[in-house]
Amino acid sequence: MIKKTSIRRFFADNVVVIIFLVLTAAATPVSGLSAGYIVQEILTRIGRNSFLVFSLILPVMAGMGLNFGMVLGAMAGEIGLIFAVDWNIIGVPGLIFANLVGLPIAIFLGWLCGEVLNRARGREMVTGFILGFFMDGIYQFVVLYLMGSVIPMRSAAITLSRGYGIRNTLNLDSVRQSLDDLLMVKLFGINLPIATYLIIILLCVFIIWFRKTKLGQDMRAIGQDQIVSNASGIPVARTRVIAIIISTILAMVGQIIFLQNMGNMATYNAHRQTGFFAVAAILVGGASVTKATIPNVFIGVVLLHLMYIVMPRAGAQLFGSAQIGEYFRDAFSYGAIALALVLHAWRKMRGVEIDRAGLRQGVASAAPLEAIEPIKEDTL
Amino acid sequence: MQKLKEFVTDFGLPRIIIFFFLIGLFVAAPFVGVRIDTSISDVLNRFGQNAILVLALVPMVQSGCGLNFGLPVGIIAGLLGGTLAMQLGLSGWLGFAGALAISMPFAILMGWLYGQLLNRVKGDEMTIAMYVGFSMVTFFSILWLLLPYSNPTMVWGYAGQGLRTTITLDNYWGQILNNFLSVRIGESFFIPTGMILFVLLCALIVYLFFRSKTGTAMTAVGSNPDFARAGGVSVDKMRTISVIVSTMLGAIGILVYQQSYGFIQLYQGPLYMAFPAVAALLIGGASVNKASMVNVLVGTLLFQGILTMTPSVINSVLKTDMSEVLRIVLSNGMILYALTRKTKVSK
Amino acid sequence: MPNDTPLLSLEGISKDFYGNSVLADVSFSVGKGQIVGLVGENGAGKTTLMRILFGMPVIAETGGFGGSIKLDGQEVFFKSPFDALDAGIGMVHQEFSLIPGFSTTENIALNREAMKANFACDIFGDRMSVLDRVTMRGRAEKAIKRLGVKLDPDMLVSEMPVGHKQFTEIAREINRENVKLLVLDEPTAVLTESEAEILLKSLRHLADQGISIIFISHRLHEVTTLADSIVVLRDGLVVKDTPAKGVSVRDIASWMVGRSVEAKRTDRSGRDIGDEILVFDKLWVDMPGETVKDVNLSVRKGEILGIGGLAGQGKLGIPNGVMGLYPAGGSVRFKGKDVPLNDPRRALELGMAFVSEDRRGVGLLLDEPLDWNIGFTAMQIRGDYLRSYLGGLVKLRDEEALKKLSQEYIELLSIKCTGAKQRAKELSGGNQQKICLAKAFALKPTLLFVSEPTRGIDVGAKELVLQSLRHYNRDFGTTIVMVSSELEELRSICDRVAIVDEGSIAGILLPDADISDFGLLMAGEARKEAADAKA
Repeated sequence: MIKKTSIRRFFADNVVVIIFLVLTAAATPVSGLSAGYIVQEILTRIGRNSFLVFSLILPVMAGMGLNFGMVLGAMAGEIGLIFAVDWNIIGVPGLIFANLVGLPIAIFLGWLCGEVLNRARGREMVTGFILGFFMDGIYQFVVLYLMGSVIPMRSAAITLSRGYGIRNTLNLDSVRQSLDDLLMVKLFGINLPIATYLIIILLCVFIIWFRKTKLGQDMRAIGQDQIVSNASGIPVARTRVIAIIISTILAMVGQIIFLQNMGNMATYNAHRQTGFFAVAAILVGGASVTKATIPNVFIGVVLLHLMYIVMPRAGAQLFGSAQIGEYFRDAFSYGAIALALVLHAWRKMRGVEIDRAGLRQGVASAAPLEAIEPIKEDTL
Repeated sequence: MQKLKEFVTDFGLPRIIIFFFLIGLFVAAPFVGVRIDTSISDVLNRFGQNAILVLALVPMVQSGCGLNFGLPVGIIAGLLGGTLAMQLGLSGWLGFAGALAISMPFAILMGWLYGQLLNRVKGDEMTIAMYVGFSMVTFFSILWLLLPYSNPTMVWGYAGQGLRTTITLDNYWGQILNNFLSVRIGESFFIPTGMILFVLLCALIVYLFFRSKTGTAMTAVGSNPDFARAGGVSVDKMRTISVIVSTMLGAIGILVYQQSYGFIQLYQGPLYMAFPAVAALLIGGASVNKASMVNVLVGTLLFQGILTMTPSVINSVLKTDMSEVLRIVLSNGMILYALTRKTKVSK
Repeated sequence: MPNDTPLLSLEGISKDFYGNSVLADVSFSVGKGQIVGLVGENGAGKTTLMRILFGMPVIAETGGFGGSIKLDGQEVFFKSPFDALDAGIGMVHQEFSLIPGFSTTENIALNREAMKANFACDIFGDRMSVLDRVTMRGRAEKAIKRLGVKLDPDMLVSEMPVGHKQFTEIAREINRENVKLLVLDEPTAVLTESEAEILLKSLRHLADQGISIIFISHRLHEVTTLADSIVVLRDGLVVKDTPAKGVSVRDIASWMVGRSVEAKRTDRSGRDIGDEILVFDKLWVDMPGETVKDVNLSVRKGEILGIGGLAGQGKLGIPNGVMGLYPAGGSVRFKGKDVPLNDPRRALELGMAFVSEDRRGVGLLLDEPLDWNIGFTAMQIRGDYLRSYLGGLVKLRDEEALKKLSQEYIELLSIKCTGAKQRAKELSGGNQQKICLAKAFALKPTLLFVSEPTRGIDVGAKELVLQSLRHYNRDFGTTIVMVSSELEELRSICDRVAIVDEGSIAGILLPDADISDFGLLMAGEARKEAADAKA
């Protein structure tokens, strides 16, 4: 009996993961892609995407839901890269330069985002989403109108022919895959970007360490109950802002890693789908609005991207149209987000009811209290 | 002075700024060589196109479901109606009426399902509605490719199947409402009387609906669900009805939009359609939990006014196309403002 | 170990909220290692007094307080609860303030975690230190041991039974190094009898170690067994401050409720009271904080029945359960017909109406005009105030009729407002309450439940509200069931008064019964005495 419910419970908790697992498992053979190709693609994409997905973990811990406002960090990273290309700083130093330029911008945007979200408690996610749209407008204004006119640009190659504004596509040849190639190991014909992996592992270690700090503990407390945390003296608003700032910085670094791997950057579109991909990945990996772990990130990145690799081919094989495959994977990704959000909200509502039902039957004291001989202060 | 201050805080500074900005644009227009009459015609046309989509948000706001970012659910129902009517070869008034009639059962069914879903996720409606909308749009993208439509004006010529991204309504019901009783003065002044009348009719019906017993109950549910429940009203039922009405209006809204635009846009077309509608409603003075017909009409007029006037006026002043940036910042800024504004907690 | 200077002394504390006096010249002191039992009815001023002691911001916001607080003979001024904590005062509130996903240890150490500094602290500050979980656990275990109970330091709060949570809270307060005074507000309310006994024992033990305790409880026998001295508050005054020795439960009960009664209902003989109209049989209601466990009661046609009792005992759950607002079970028969529970609409349709105690939460549409508030329920239930158009095809709100209705009640109940279109939130508490009454009257009910009708409204409005209930009962023969924490109010208007204790009816008394009998019923002591007598 207990076993049955625990199986059902496991299924209910992981339904999104299971759906994706079944889906990709079915689509992979149909696609006709070789195992070697798929493995290479997945390994590349882990390096490319997981850093971005990691940026979502801290806000979830702090009870702020999935930080759709992470696209602000992505924008900061892009601005950093624009300058790195403009100053023509090549290779890894170029990436470091981009990060240095992006950092203050990310901190500022993160602070802004945190303050805005603090004014929209209870609806952080939708607010973060809209804030991303809003900032997209500001980003366009800065990059398309101010760069080259107000903000001096050195390279004519990246500005539009009218003299100001950055071109639609930015060629990142100067820093292209410089991090990946720094320590590229070839194993059984498969390329492994070890340097990128090392940075990701470093980030994992940071997150594990961070959870053990006082700040991490405070975030966990706030994530569960803001009122109690506030009553015990934890600065709730400030801690929430810090969580968002860190998330924004991580998203900035993540976007730079992502783009150096891609090798070019759609100046005005690169960040538009960033939030969607990251959120979809972490949810597909089994995270929820209130709980996200490191394995969630890796499982999610692998599953989501496996689907993105195989679906168009599977669609082409099955329906004679790759387009259908593409629509399928979009529909499933959006559907996965919707499903994960619905399940979470539903469980939250049911949880309250179950709590009450438990009280009603008077099962208050399952484990009776035992008194022991109290120990005097001085004997301790 | 005190009164003015109260009015400003109540109505919201952003809205006042937008209002005066629009006035400024109209005043400036003639000086930079933009014709006022063309501008007014454009504004009226776009007002008519969009107003019902904005109107579709009202029931859910009133019943406490928040801003309906899931408007694409209704839009999909409208698209089904439109494409099926074309497939059946209905054209002219019959075509438009047929499209409306066919879309309604879809809207009711989808609205009911959507409503059931939203009732189970109270408090998180907005984010979920957004993703339900996105999922619907992408899911139907697959169906547009797979459903056995065969009308040659609709399907891809080379493949013989799968609907086109944009389907022209030229020989069906394009502009049919716009041209009804329309007034044309000179070259560049045109009033799409039929469409405006249709919009006003819809607004009137919704207005009357909110004066019925059900409408009153719905408003009470949005205002204070506990009060409504204590008054013997089923909160879930009222919310479901509001979602159904909203979805039906969304379907009507897209059909009116498309007859004026002249094309049916499929696939990813409706993906972001909810956002400008939400922005318009908020600019009109609505909040996350209160909206009226005045908000709809004024908001649509203001928002579409700005969208029409900025490209022409600003661009001729600055000699560059800033309208896109302005549109993004303005519409999303407005939504942000509404979301972060302290909802007057009257408890 | 009594000391010359008491640990805490309150001197002449007084407080009023907008001219409404809640505390007047309250003085008492707590010696080191002494347990003071603080008792009083709801509204006697216990909560306000504790808020003052704790420097709650709400006190300063409402104009501060009079008198002085001395700790160890030094006058202290607390600007926030944190100041009070720093000074060594710990408080255990009625509601748990624990983080559900944290373990016992983490909760005990909440925001006072032991930390190990590292390089990151130099750059980013102390919050980057890593928690020292071994030390934290050690401290938690020590605090638990001092209490004298067995608690698993690693158990998550969300998986704990209620009793464990209560002890975790107390352990958290005594985990502070400097804690000198512990204030416990109804700590035994959620505990079983055996758990409560353990708690009393550990409190006595803490006191023996020199920690002073203020113990607030309505379980009077606990107070008499535990406390060294007893302070009784009534209407904001200290009516008794006495050593606990030799004080009986009955004494405290009568001090608590006793006051000169001006108006008791005595005209019962001439009243037209009929047969049973409403019968409760084994009613239970799951209303958070006001659970009803087993209520058997019958109401007679035409009478005004009062339901009294202390807060949290379940008196409010009764009307809320019958009207379908909270999950309920058992059987309720109205006019010989079964009332389906959990169905507000049916209850209203059967001819019952309810004026909720939660005026702003349930009673009113604050953002809507008065005519809506008054007419809404009648419109939804009876189809009133609708006008047919197109031969009955469309029915729309009849604004005229609504306006007329509200005008009528505005005059009848002399509601102060600018007109039928004013929004409900702009009215004062008393006038809002009248709107709630008008809403119920507009339903023309056969039976009316009124819950806490005078809570939070000023004296003049109180009298008007009670008057209109009395008249409504007299003029229309409407049966009224009135639930109130104010015993005097019940005695002045009701034909009979039922007292609720621990979720069931402890007894029914006539309004002119002896005051101490009411007190004993409310404190649950009558039942205990009866049980003792049997044994």
